[in-house]
Amino acid sequence: MFGDYSLGDLGSIFVMQGFAGLILFSVYVLMALGLAIIFGQMGVINMAHGEFMILGAYVTWMTSNFFQSYLPSLFSGYFFLAMILAFVASGALGMLVEWVLIRHLYKRPLDTLLATWGLSLVLQQAYRSVFGAREVGVELPQWMLGSLHVTDSIEVPINGVFVMCLTVLITVGVAYVMYKSRWGRQVRAVVQNRIMAGAVGINTEKVDRYTFGLGCGIAGVAGSAFTMIGSTGPTSGQLYIVDTFLVVVFGGAASLLGTIASAFSISQTQSTLEFFLSGSMAKVLTLLAVVGILMLRPQGLFALKVRK
Amino acid sequence: MVINSRFFNRSELMGFLVLAAVLFVILPLSLDVFRLNLVAKYLTYAFVALGLVLCWGYGGILSLGQGVFFGLGGYCMAMFLKLEASSVENTKIQSTPGIPDFMDWNQITSLPLFWQPFHSLAFTILAIILVPGIFALIIGTAMFKRRVGGTYFAIITQAVAAILTILIVGQQGYTGGINGMTDLRTLKGWDIRPDHAKVILYFVEVVLLFACIGIAQFIRLTKLGRILVAMREQEDRVRFSGYSVANFKIFAFCMAAVFAAIGGAMFALNVGFMSPSFVGIVPSIEMVIYTAVGGRMSIFGAIWGAILVNFAKTSLSESFPQLWLFGLGALFIAVVLAFPNGLSGLWADYVQPRVDRLFASRKKPGWSDNSVADGAPAE
Repeated sequence: MFGDYSLGDLGSIFVMQGFAGLILFSVYVLMALGLAIIFGQMGVINMAHGEFMILGAYVTWMTSNFFQSYLPSLFSGYFFLAMILAFVASGALGMLVEWVLIRHLYKRPLDTLLATWGLSLVLQQAYRSVFGAREVGVELPQWMLGSLHVTDSIEVPINGVFVMCLTVLITVGVAYVMYKSRWGRQVRAVVQNRIMAGAVGINTEKVDRYTFGLGCGIAGVAGSAFTMIGSTGPTSGQLYIVDTFLVVVFGGAASLLGTIASAFSISQTQSTLEFFLSGSMAKVLTLLAVVGILMLRPQGLFALKVRK
Repeated sequence: MVINSRFFNRSELMGFLVLAAVLFVILPLSLDVFRLNLVAKYLTYAFVALGLVLCWGYGGILSLGQGVFFGLGGYCMAMFLKLEASSVENTKIQSTPGIPDFMDWNQITSLPLFWQPFHSLAFTILAIILVPGIFALIIGTAMFKRRVGGTYFAIITQAVAAILTILIVGQQGYTGGINGMTDLRTLKGWDIRPDHAKVILYFVEVVLLFACIGIAQFIRLTKLGRILVAMREQEDRVRFSGYSVANFKIFAFCMAAVFAAIGGAMFALNVGFMSPSFVGIVPSIEMVIYTAVGGRMSIFGAIWGAILVNFAKTSLSESFPQLWLFGLGALFIAVVLAFPNGLSGLWADYVQPRVDRLFASRKKPGWSDNSVADGAPAE
């Protein structure tokens, strides 16, 4: 399988595929961060996570259309506003969903799976009714197109670099909020012992609502970033939900570092295999490896050692 | 939690008789063959729902990969039928006659090794039971022995469903790819396509379904079933009492897999094709929906759930395709929030006590309140 390529070719293949893997990694991390908060911290199985992502993507699409028609001079910067709007829209919807649906189900985690699956069906149909069944693509501003020439055989697309920078920024932000801020301490307190947290004066209902909202908001940003790489349709969210859950579970549900490590290993394995095998076989092998390792280490790579 | 030593208690006997009357007499007499065949298709999901009652309702193990077992059973059957449909005479226009058409399109010139045994019907029937059974045994052993359960198990079974779908779609030459196995014609020379064959297959399926109901009811009533329930409620306490919790879970999971596989095999026979669209995550979750809507604690409830939800799906998506997804989503949220025990729970909580009170008040006025306990379901 390596015989047809010279050593130099192989080197650039690994760099190029590695970079493609890094972009995939960025998207995985963005998707999984929100889920790591919702599933890892709160224990809610949110099957509608993909749909929150798609909401962010549609918001981005609408913003880009708005800028194109009314503010063409500012088009090159629309993306930054679009991401904020995507965060607000998905986050607000998330808080609404938490209030209507999720808060009744904290003691029945498997039932959150069923209820949020119902929610995802409703959202999908809503997108189809509002935006149409066709996939939509966002027009990128001029400065995001094209690629950087690193060497003769290695090219790096600019939008990929942008997505990666964005991921780093958001990951650092989430890590800061969860582990350094006062609010993050409250979240972790509520997760570990709801009754005790309530007893020391934390408004647990409010913390739950904002935590769920934050997770969904990050999903919205992920969807927004995703428009730079692919197109968006009403059912796109469903394609990513299993991958996202596997990333979170593989890393160890409650560990942010684990999520990043597992997103990295999964995306790199997949993109490297993709070059040598067909895309579907690469996917199968990657998923099989993940499931196999999960059978050996059921708590994931970075399990917190806690007594149950 | 009263468990009757008799095979059926009174309300279950009623449920059994009503279901038997509807499936054996009322539906065949009142529906044309096309509609009856649709019911046969719905009933294939009833097998899956029956398995889910055992493993999810009683064992507390939510599997989101029942489509895998449905698909394995269905593909085993479909491979046998496909081989029969691709005899040398039927496929003489191909470049290599005697192999299924999709292999010919994918430049595969000889029958792959794992297809060979499917020339035999006996092997196929054995494979329908054993392949999904052993597969479930492997997954179950790997997971339950290491005490993986609940959400993690659900997500991993879902991943398995994703893997199998990608594999079937990707390996087009061996599996027929996204189109699946179509154009299935005969079973041991007996044409499965005309109307009278559809009716016979419907009755075969109903008989099989009742056999499976009998097995499930038997499991439920023996000590095994009681341990399953105990495990769902207080897993640690059962473990500390000296039972091997993992083995009971593996058993329930394997039974559910075998039931699902029988459903899948009947699907291939009744509908005449099998495709990866019945294997993946979405169909697997829909199968859970049928069970949840009908009632995960009730064998008959789950079967009614499979029939009614599918019936609603067909009739709603025929006339209002948009409303269907809204309706299904809303139904699902409603089931979880408002009536967690599904239709059968509603029946047991609201209708049954009234019916009982009606009968009781005729016999002994003034005794009506106490009769409620008698009408409660067995679990």
